[in-house]
Amino acid sequence: MTKQIPDMILSGLEPLVVNETTGFVNVGERANVTGSRKFARLIGEESYEEAVDVARVQVEDGAQIIDINMDDAMLDGVAAMRRYLNLLASEPDIARVPFMIDSSKFEIIEAGLQCVQGKAIVNSISLKEGEEEFVKHAKTVMRYGAAVVVMAFDEKGQADTYQRRIDICKRSYDTLVGIGFPPQDIVFDPNIFPIATGIPEHDNYAVDFFEATKWIKENLPGAHVSGGVSNVSFSFRGNDVVREAMHSVFLYHAIKNGMDMGIVNAGMLTVYDDIPKDLLECVEDVVLNRREDAAERLIDFAEQVKDQAIGAKETDKLKWREGELQERITHALVKGITEFIEEDVEEARQQAEKPLHVIEGPLMTGMNVVGDLFGDGKMFLPQVVKSARVMKKAVAYLLPYIEEEKRASGDEAQNNGTILMATVKGDVHDIGKNIVGVVLSCNNFEVIDLGVMVPPEKILDEAQAVNADIIGLSGLITPSLDEMVTVAQMMQERDMDVPLLVGGATTSKVHTAVKIEPEYTGAVVHVLDASKSVPVATALVGENRSNFVADVRSEYVDVREKNAKKRSKKTVASLEQARENAMKFDWASYTPVTPSQLGVQVIKDYPLAEIVERFDWTPFFKSWQLAGKYPDILQDSVVGEEATKLFDEAQEQLQRIIENKLFQCMAVFGLFPANGIENDSTELYADENRDTVLATLHHLRQQADRPADKPYRSLADFVAPKTSEVNDYMGAFAVSCFGAEALAEEYEANHDDYNAIMIKALADRFAEAFAELLHEKIRKEAWGYAATENLSNEELIKEAYQGIRPAPGYPACPEHTEKGTLWKLLNVEENIGSTLTESFAMNPAASVSGWYFAHPEARYFGLGKIGQDQVEDYAQRKGMNKEFAEKWLRPNLA
Amino acid sequence: MSRDVSQQLNEILSKRIMMLDGAMGTMIQRHKLEEEDFRGDHYPDHSHPLKGNNDLLSITRPQIIEDIHGAYFEVGSDFATTNSFNGTTIAQADYAMEEHVHDINFYAAQCARSAADKWTEKTPDKPRFVIGALGPTNRTASISPDVNDPGKRLVTFDDLRIAYKQACHSLLEGGADIIMIETIFDCLNAKAALFAVDEVKEELGRSFPVMVSGTITDASGRTLSGQTVEAFWVSMTHGHLLSIGLNCATGANDMAPYIKRLDKIATDLISAHPNAGLPNEFGEYDQTPEEMAKEVETLVAGGHVNILGGCCGSTPEHIAALAQLAAKYPPRQRKDSQQVA
Repeated sequence: MTKQIPDMILSGLEPLVVNETTGFVNVGERANVTGSRKFARLIGEESYEEAVDVARVQVEDGAQIIDINMDDAMLDGVAAMRRYLNLLASEPDIARVPFMIDSSKFEIIEAGLQCVQGKAIVNSISLKEGEEEFVKHAKTVMRYGAAVVVMAFDEKGQADTYQRRIDICKRSYDTLVGIGFPPQDIVFDPNIFPIATGIPEHDNYAVDFFEATKWIKENLPGAHVSGGVSNVSFSFRGNDVVREAMHSVFLYHAIKNGMDMGIVNAGMLTVYDDIPKDLLECVEDVVLNRREDAAERLIDFAEQVKDQAIGAKETDKLKWREGELQERITHALVKGITEFIEEDVEEARQQAEKPLHVIEGPLMTGMNVVGDLFGDGKMFLPQVVKSARVMKKAVAYLLPYIEEEKRASGDEAQNNGTILMATVKGDVHDIGKNIVGVVLSCNNFEVIDLGVMVPPEKILDEAQAVNADIIGLSGLITPSLDEMVTVAQMMQERDMDVPLLVGGATTSKVHTAVKIEPEYTGAVVHVLDASKSVPVATALVGENRSNFVADVRSEYVDVREKNAKKRSKKTVASLEQARENAMKFDWASYTPVTPSQLGVQVIKDYPLAEIVERFDWTPFFKSWQLAGKYPDILQDSVVGEEATKLFDEAQEQLQRIIENKLFQCMAVFGLFPANGIENDSTELYADENRDTVLATLHHLRQQADRPADKPYRSLADFVAPKTSEVNDYMGAFAVSCFGAEALAEEYEANHDDYNAIMIKALADRFAEAFAELLHEKIRKEAWGYAATENLSNEELIKEAYQGIRPAPGYPACPEHTEKGTLWKLLNVEENIGSTLTESFAMNPAASVSGWYFAHPEARYFGLGKIGQDQVEDYAQRKGMNKEFAEKWLRPNLA
Repeated sequence: MSRDVSQQLNEILSKRIMMLDGAMGTMIQRHKLEEEDFRGDHYPDHSHPLKGNNDLLSITRPQIIEDIHGAYFEVGSDFATTNSFNGTTIAQADYAMEEHVHDINFYAAQCARSAADKWTEKTPDKPRFVIGALGPTNRTASISPDVNDPGKRLVTFDDLRIAYKQACHSLLEGGADIIMIETIFDCLNAKAALFAVDEVKEELGRSFPVMVSGTITDASGRTLSGQTVEAFWVSMTHGHLLSIGLNCATGANDMAPYIKRLDKIATDLISAHPNAGLPNEFGEYDQTPEEMAKEVETLVAGGHVNILGGCCGSTPEHIAALAQLAAKYPPRQRKDSQQVA
């Protein structure tokens, strides 16, 4: 017996095994200048950063290998391949997967191989130029330690029949194995050609491919089969419905015949089972070459599909209503259609023995499909949230019946477990928490949401009262991190053992491991985002809970040790030294612009439509976990469709909000004479006499080791010191968008989390855009130091203007209590009604505040680590005790 | 060479754990050498200071190097690793000594060869071998030196390939039996070395055993360039290796989990040569031979290694303790098929 052939294993930063257990491996096709116009444009324009995002999105979307092709006559392919791969090497979230180096020019392939540290695949070599050249290339590939795709191509040309395919593959295989090439590292591409082209010779291409695939897998031990799938539907360009169906059908049959790898556009694959019957039949006739007129029939059908366009889509849209009950319920859940759900649920209820069975049966069956699709990256978050809306509506409909039934029998509903969620005390942000709640409830967890600003006692009392299986804490501002530590400590005091999940923008694995986990002997897990919440929660209620908990625990021990090591390396300069090396400006030659209006002013009910023009949409998509920059994201091959839908719905909501004045945007700002005093503090004065101090701002200064020629920065440096006798100025502002909470509550009451989240996300955009707009007005009018500024919205978003507006809590001034000073100075609460919580979070959540600095050199920066000497100095300046100061400065303590 | 090194090694390795040597640098430090020792009679007028360029000592103070190899053989080492960690044009550029790299490698191999031959003669039932060491160089092919320009590289694959090829030829010419690519922090550097080694094999028309040893620098469990140990092994499999393993960076306790992971997947033999613990605030290694042996014992007792030794901070005393330990346990069993989780 021959020795068993090992598995093919490729690697990036992590290994990828290709065998029967791994299943079909998809290779992302978008980083290809010949196949993607967008990518070609990005590379042509040298927009490499965005070109890197093309790879990132594919990996995020589940591509297990990234194909890279730079074959363009207008490009220096060798240089482009090198540059792109070197950039990818610096992105661990992309470089974790292996790369497929794709070129018809061997010099480009070799250039690529010289830039990858993992085990890559070369795509491709062939017998095209004869055996000698083939062997030479294969030996070189071996020396670089790569696997290889071999095209079914020889001296006579590309193989287009079954016999030619297997003859060439066999000859290639024997030659390669003969020179010692590992058989498991050989991948054949037996040529996927366009079918239904109208030329009869092409009709059997797909069938030949399937048969050749089968033959290769049976006769060439160890070898794999791959191919560029999009090619098959080439003649239907412009008709994505048909193309997607063709890809799915082709793959379905190719995989059955042993194809184990394919270059695909994951965004252009429908589920085989989802293809409408009539289309499926036409496509299968073509792919399997089942009838002579198959191509014509598909072309006719394609025309029909095209003609139908939008108008006919409506009837198509209702076609699903003809299906079986379960199909209809699943369809409604997957597509997020609420219109018929009550009708269908009623039908199901009548068929069911108990109303609860409708939830456990048809509804859960449907939600499991949603869960699987989401888990496989085939559904995106906004879609899942919509599914939840349908689910909630269905459950709400059934609830009275279930209550009735319960009263009669005393039965309890079964679910995966109960999760109690809350945004911690002092914090009002809940968009992320709500998304997590929705995703979890989609996965059959009972989610009890205590809302925002929940004190720890209440969280724990409630958790014990409902016997929660898991507690989930959320928070966005830094003081919330301490609150979470407090909750953990209190859980320990109460001797609880309920697992604690931690999530939200400022939380991190490191903070969780270093600060929270040691406080509590129960399980503590940091959850990065909504998609991670399901596996974590499932593991915590599952049978393997103890293994999972042990793994997390040991991971956190590692994190702590690593962190301790890193910390011990950090050194800080003394405060004195840092102050000596402050940023120094030539004040004598600086004449600050005197604001045209000094003092505090209020703007009420600013026209909403004007604010909308200033929206920065990119963060909006990010809050829905759709990655990409606006407006490109709308065209994105993977999330584009979903992003467009989301965007359209946001536009609809916006229109409603504007027309009905559902939001109120308020602002208060003030401009004041100001000068720096000693110890990094700044005084704001009532008038030009500069003797009545309205407020003293206490700034912090960088102390972490800086390169020799770089200053230790502080915001204090941007205002002229009193000693310079220069009359300088500063400003302050707060803006809020009111109305979102009430509106969102209405939606929530209607079981419509999707729109509740949408409303809050839009309110955030209003507040941010209003702050940006107000800043411009200040620069050009009220202060007028940049009266001639003329920037586009894009440039404004990039902050290409003079001056900054950092808020207490920003990296440059991370200490939140300074917000109290701002509130008092502008009398914010009385003027516009916005308040501060005890953690100095702004309420409403859609608020932005900050200080205005106008100095031309004023820039944002991060404070970094500070020393104990500065903490003492700061406490003294602010009249706090040191412990209190430490609490607020904790994230920055060295 | 009349004897077939591969065959000899395979025979011994199937029976027992073989012993590498310990640190070279730590031993050289004991001599408190000065600038003139490094210059010797060979480079009195060299433009750059040479103190600290340990690799030169094989040329200027060969007796010291040979004695260090001898000291390790005396306590039971099977292998002497040549004093050539920085013996590439790339690493020697700091000293402007690029043109002397042939001599550096050739004489490094000669020092080790001479010590090995003496000991083989003394204990014919325990033949001694010379490992020609190819260090990582001080440049990395996968990482940019500039955070603002992630695509930038200070060294190319070809630069490395050419430098390694030259060093490899000289080591073999000087009498190395085996080539070891060691302290790999960037697998792309190591791939360039493997490429060079393969070219040398082709040019010489003969094969020789090749060992590869990576380094896991911190608790992330990854190489400096970001690979997991599994990915590191996968990326090296085309080298037809005698052994794969880890060295340097940490003591045995911190290294153990990664050796165990390699053990699970690798079809090659496994080597481990950890540091003698971690350096103290003064950069000195305090771990005693007994302490080090105790840490290493889990690896040996668990049957995870075939080749054992020490890296920074280890001395003949440490190697003696490790050799005693290795004699007590059988070697790891060779695996034919891998499993990757």
